[in-house]
Amino acid sequence: MIYLELLWTFFKIGAFTFGGGYAMLPLIQDEVLAHGWMELSELIDFIAVSESTPGPFAVNIATYVGAEVGGLLGSVCATLGVVLPSFIIILIVAKFFEKFKESRAVKGVMTGLKPAVVGLIGAAIITMAVTVFIPTGFSTAIFTDTSFYVSLVIFALCLVLALKKVAPIIVICLSALLGIAAGFLL
Amino acid sequence: MKNSKLKNAISLFLTFMKIGAFTFGGGYAMIPLIQKEAVEKHGWLTDDDILEIVAIAESTPGPIAINSATFVGYRLCGFFGALCATVGVVLPSFLIIFLISKVLREFGNIKAVQYAFNGIRAGVLALVIKALWTMYKKCPKNIVSYIVIGAAFILTAFLKVEILIVIIGCAIFGLISSLIISRRSKA
Repeated sequence: MIYLELLWTFFKIGAFTFGGGYAMLPLIQDEVLAHGWMELSELIDFIAVSESTPGPFAVNIATYVGAEVGGLLGSVCATLGVVLPSFIIILIVAKFFEKFKESRAVKGVMTGLKPAVVGLIGAAIITMAVTVFIPTGFSTAIFTDTSFYVSLVIFALCLVLALKKVAPIIVICLSALLGIAAGFLL
Repeated sequence: MKNSKLKNAISLFLTFMKIGAFTFGGGYAMIPLIQKEAVEKHGWLTDDDILEIVAIAESTPGPIAINSATFVGYRLCGFFGALCATVGVVLPSFLIIFLISKVLREFGNIKAVQYAFNGIRAGVLALVIKALWTMYKKCPKNIVSYIVIGAAFILTAFLKVEILIVIIGCAIFGLISSLIISRRSKA
């Protein structure tokens, strides 16, 4: 049943991503694409929507995928699924807070998880870059395609701005304007 | 007594709804707002509590916004408080995204929107790379970290191992390596 599948899939996503924000991206990409709920290009578009609307990325994507696949009930199930693991775990942790804080096991697990997230996002970036720069697959034809160079220039500019800590929403607005300008002028 | 608990719960719900409605991008963007509302305005928590909440949110799964809302709510009025704060923080994004999902597909047919998203995709890629850089800087710089980063990257990017398995494997590797290191430093 689609509702249970949404609940369970997003429960897994909520339960296995540490560090919040884009730490969830690799697992979301894996699950959502595997179920055929979204295409990678749609997922990238949605990251932009999520950056321009309030709330955590995980909740936003859960609500969106749930609504697309199963309407209102679907979005409730997916959102509930992604929220439930942290809710339950924090309730337990809050009860045994002092023990948890000093736990050597928790610290040990974190020494593995923090770098793991870096590696996983690195891998997600590779597949995203392929979708952004060569959406129709690699061939020498892309070197004569203006949209390839447009993407490259917008990407480089945005990377400089992002590293200079310009707010994400400004980076997105600017990239949208450049995309529109390039689309109509070139 | 019971009345004041209900009052607190309503206040938690409204406060976290405000926090949920006004933080863009989620995650750590929410922390300063929680600090302002929960510490300065309501006096529910101290600055030290905020640091603890961040530490806990980082070492438990799930979005930081959810973790901190549940934790603050529980501290203040137990399970019911946790429920109110969490529903409050989720509700604004849920409503907004649900409405957007109704129109996003139709927008996609407009030529200008298609061009805009062509640009946006390149911009998003830059933002995710920036996020990667930030997370890399927060990692401890030692041999265990480098091994895990390399292994997680190669396993998922080239060997197509399932991400859940990679995450569990890295957690176990971190646990074992930290036990070995602490035993060695004792000996």
